[in-house]
Amino acid sequence: MNMDSETYKKFTKARAPKSPIIKDCLRAFWVGGLICTFAEGLLHIYKMLNMTEENAKTLVPITLIFLAALLTGFGIFDDIAKYAGAGTLVPITGFANAMASPAIDDKSEGLVMGVGAQMFTIAGPVIVYGVLTSVIYGVIYWLCGVIG
Amino acid sequence: MEWIGDLIKAFLVGGMICVAAQILIDKTSMTPARILVLYVSLGVFLTAIGVYAPLVSFAGCGATTPLIGFGYSLAEGVKKAVDERGLIGALTGGLTGTAGGIAAAVFFAYIFALIFRGHPKK
Repeated sequence: MNMDSETYKKFTKARAPKSPIIKDCLRAFWVGGLICTFAEGLLHIYKMLNMTEENAKTLVPITLIFLAALLTGFGIFDDIAKYAGAGTLVPITGFANAMASPAIDDKSEGLVMGVGAQMFTIAGPVIVYGVLTSVIYGVIYWLCGVIG
Repeated sequence: MEWIGDLIKAFLVGGMICVAAQILIDKTSMTPARILVLYVSLGVFLTAIGVYAPLVSFAGCGATTPLIGFGYSLAEGVKKAVDERGLIGALTGGLTGTAGGIAAAVFFAYIFALIFRGHPKK
C-alpha cells in the first residue's frame, strides 16, 4: 500500500484508540469503584458478624492489604494494575502493592537491604509526608484549642 | 435495603477519586509515588479543614479506601489524641490511627516476599 505522509496520518489517526485518557479514566473508574464497593460490602459483612464498628473499620483495609499483597505475590496484581491504572493504585491496594512488589522482587539483595529497605521505596515517602502533615495539623489544632 | 445504597455511593465516590488521579497521571506524567504522596497529604489537609469527614459519612469505604482516606485516618487520629492528651497527641495520634494498616502492610509484604519468587518485569 503506497501512501503519502498526509494520507498516512489520516489512516493512523482513524485507527488509533480514541483519546486514551477517556479509556484510562473509564477503566480507573470501574475498577477503583469496584474495589471501594468490595470494601463497603466487607464492612457490612464484618458488622453482621458482630464485630465492633471500630474493629470492622480497621479490618477492612487490612483485608484489602492482605489480598493486594497476595495477588502481587502471584504476579496477578501487575496485570490488573496495567489495565486499571489509578483504579488499583489509589485505593489502599496500591499502597500494599508498592510495599509487597519491591520486597518480593529485590529479595536477592538480602533480607535487610533487599526486603527490609526496598519495601519502603514508595511507602516510605507516603508515610513521611502523611506523618509530617498530620503533625503540623495536630500542632495547629492544639493551638486553636489553646487560643480559641 | 439501605446497604445497596451504601454500595452504590462507595462505588461512585471511590471511582471518581481514582479518575481524578488518572487524569493527573495522563496529563502531568506524575509518577505513582508522587500521586500517592499528594493524595495522603491532601487527605490530611481536607480533613483538617473539615471537608473530608462529611464525605466519609456519605460514601463510607468509597472515601476511606482511596489513599486520601489514609490521610483522613492520620488526621482523625491526631485530632482525637490532641483532645485526649494535649499537644503530645500531635506526635502520637497519626500513627496510632493508621497502625493496623501499616503493620499489616509490613507483615504481609514480608511474609509474601519469603514465600514468592520475583516476577520478571514485562
